[in-house]
Amino acid sequence: MFDAKIPAGPLNSKWEDYKGHCKLVNPANKRNLEVIIIGTGLAGASAAASLGELGYKVKAFCFQDSPRRAHSIAAQGGINAAKNYQNDGDSVFRLFYDTVKGGDYRAREANVHRLAEVSGNIIDQCVAQGVPFAREYGGLLSNRSFGGTQVQRTFYAAGQTGQQLLLGAYSALERQVALGNVKMYNRHEMLDIVKIDGKARGIIARDLITGELERHFGHAVLICSGGYGNVFFLSTNAMGSNVTAAWKATKNGAYFANPCFTQIHPTCIPVSGDHQSKLTLMSESLRNDGRIWVPKKQNDTRKASDIPEEERDYYLERRYPAFGNLVPRDVASRAAKERCDAGYGVGTSKQAVYLDFAAAIERYGNIEVGKRQMTNVSKEDIIKLGKEVVAEKYGNLFDMYAKITGENPYELPMRIYPAVHYTMGGLWVDYELGTTVPGLYSLGEANFSDHGANRLGASALMQGLADGYFVIPYTVGNYLADEIRTKAIPTDHPAFVEAENKVKETINKFMTIKGSKSVDFFHKKLGKIMWDKCGMARNEKGLKEAIEEIKALRAEFWKEVRVPGSADEFNPELEKAGRVADFLELGELMCIDALNRRESCGGHFREESQTDEGEAQRDDVNFSYVAAWEYKGDGQYELHKEPLEFVECKPTQRSYK
Amino acid sequence: MNLTLKVWRQKNKNDQGRFETLQAKNISSEMSFLEMFDVVNEGLINEGKEPIAFDHDCREGICGMCSMHINGRAHGPWDGTTTCQLHMRAFKDGDTITVEPWRAGAFPVIKDLTVDRSAFDRIIEAGGYISVNTGNAQDANCIPVDKTKADLAFAAAACIGCGACVAACKNSSAMLFVSAKVSQLALLPQGHPEKQSRALNMVAQMDKEGFGSCTNTGACEAECPKEISLTNIARLNREFIGAGLSSEK
Repeated sequence: MFDAKIPAGPLNSKWEDYKGHCKLVNPANKRNLEVIIIGTGLAGASAAASLGELGYKVKAFCFQDSPRRAHSIAAQGGINAAKNYQNDGDSVFRLFYDTVKGGDYRAREANVHRLAEVSGNIIDQCVAQGVPFAREYGGLLSNRSFGGTQVQRTFYAAGQTGQQLLLGAYSALERQVALGNVKMYNRHEMLDIVKIDGKARGIIARDLITGELERHFGHAVLICSGGYGNVFFLSTNAMGSNVTAAWKATKNGAYFANPCFTQIHPTCIPVSGDHQSKLTLMSESLRNDGRIWVPKKQNDTRKASDIPEEERDYYLERRYPAFGNLVPRDVASRAAKERCDAGYGVGTSKQAVYLDFAAAIERYGNIEVGKRQMTNVSKEDIIKLGKEVVAEKYGNLFDMYAKITGENPYELPMRIYPAVHYTMGGLWVDYELGTTVPGLYSLGEANFSDHGANRLGASALMQGLADGYFVIPYTVGNYLADEIRTKAIPTDHPAFVEAENKVKETINKFMTIKGSKSVDFFHKKLGKIMWDKCGMARNEKGLKEAIEEIKALRAEFWKEVRVPGSADEFNPELEKAGRVADFLELGELMCIDALNRRESCGGHFREESQTDEGEAQRDDVNFSYVAAWEYKGDGQYELHKEPLEFVECKPTQRSYK
Repeated sequence: MNLTLKVWRQKNKNDQGRFETLQAKNISSEMSFLEMFDVVNEGLINEGKEPIAFDHDCREGICGMCSMHINGRAHGPWDGTTTCQLHMRAFKDGDTITVEPWRAGAFPVIKDLTVDRSAFDRIIEAGGYISVNTGNAQDANCIPVDKTKADLAFAAAACIGCGACVAACKNSSAMLFVSAKVSQLALLPQGHPEKQSRALNMVAQMDKEGFGSCTNTGACEAECPKEISLTNIARLNREFIGAGLSSEK
């Protein structure tokens, strides 16, 4: 049951070997095999398109009004691939190595190597689909660098890379819809998994417009529902991003791995007040050109422009000279928190640091002057030319910042602060992306496998598309080959009836509590507990308190929540109630996991485990494992450990100095 | 600040619908427009009333889900901005704000400010893609693409499919949306083999969905939150006419 199914043999031939030996399904049989896909982000849309092309009967579900809205669309910076187009020493091995190291040696080597192997195919596929990546004047693709690496391997489309990749996958998906290979269910939410004889055989979904519950059969079910960052209420996730599909899988026997591994992204627009509903990311790509600093003096209230150069502390460049502003996200986030906690923060809240483009604007201006062979150029003209270059690279991000804050980042440095962005944890999956429930798979951010304890920038898009385009078409076939004799099970089977009744009961409960507090009230309270006690820094005392507080909050929720309207209509509050109910359970598990892991690694910083210099201190002797949690009833979880073996990348204390 | 809202309320697609006047109190100028709606909805829930249903998701101007017609303008008073990015700095104390759903026959109302935009998906199904199966691609740098064209393709591809162009158009035409996709793919060498059938099929589907004709008033470009250029419509017309004259049936 708990076997990672990693193929034998040397690391760089495992995937080739797997592909050469996995079972195949003949085209006539594919037509009779049904696959259900939950979520239409990069992982879900690419899987739906690819499996549809292969001839499987695919049903894809999304809660939004169109598959194109999935939150992959908001990814800004880029996608990594080991193409080595820049001739700067990149290779499959190096991308693999950077990803394992960046993940602080808590990812599975075999999965990461496969990811690096297929990374180049992803770029080829996307270009063939018409994804308009940034190009150089010679017509070839352009690259930029991202945190945690020393090569330029990130492909991008201005600050809208996720949008362009998702629209590519969405086009491919809609093409299959037109061909009749994929049936799309927009505005549908999966509310339970149906298991028959221990295998995943379908789902219960709610039509969000009519409120009707529907039963859908599938020979396999793929959970591609993204991450659970919204457990913090405030995050860079979309308002609707949720853990419900993954959580229902957990409650049906799929293990949930490393839930405490949360990525706090260093460069987001700071919170402005209690009304705040979400946080907005400013792409990490900005750290290519922006310099991060705080005043050298504590509680300095001067405007940024009034603080002379020698009174500024470029603390990342000072502390990490080798990587400077391009240290990995976990390191950059903690450093910002450390500076602000020590009293060097800027802005009215003092919970912010500066991200300054003045030097980059001048540098680019001078390059333009050289390129155009201009002479006697005034400082103003240099700045003007530099601003044009910066606008081409980051224009949409600068506009976004200006709209939200009312400040012009071409003139003033941006104020930024870390915010919850991505979750490395997720459903435990084996090498084939299968969960511990046969027939139930998980792809993209919803699974746990490739990023360890910290994801490097521009790796999420790569993983989502790798799973959907290049991995699942092989691995799900290996399972379905044994299912060709299974006829579609009629949805009046008792297992479907029972699952639907369970969902109905829960909905009924929401509607009849008629308490005194809105769903958001509970969500915000949960978010505050999580941020304060299971956020950027964690300790035993805080986590124990958090677990008790969450239990109490959950009890109060089920007594006091108020869901207006009725269940048989379009009712966004009812949708939210279901999602928050699941977050209230997941939050507790995250704290349990964080409490168990008495080491610091990647995004998980246990205050009890740090070096003399205040850097994260890993404990490979005791914690070099994946923590996979099995649901055993309300608030009860059993820990299963998958030991991690490192053959090619020997763990070392990460140093970016 | 305190504001008066006149909001369209409609229980479902069969209901006739009406404006309801509501008060939004103690609104901070730092809030986004949708955060102001969150506050109003919280108040309605606490009073035991039904909150206003509206579409929204990413709240950072990219998913295209939010869709409010504010004081007669799609996505409100700021140019190049989605409803979710509009901030309350745009209004002043005592203002009355009228909020309606997108008004177009091809976008029927689901509830209050929420409309059904599945017609856009069906237009994409008709040809808004390049027919390339997974695994068939050659190396990405095999075909160099003129940077100017690649940039134009990107500018067209920035469309978020929100439907503001349709809502802003007196004819409820979807030409800007359709032309953005046709342009993106026609500008790139990868999109060439299917460019004629794509233009013909997408336009045919657009007509079938009940969107109106284009009379070149340019309201779509003016209201587009991503500032998609009207030149895309010129390019679509060129592609469409060219295809009509020369495509082999």
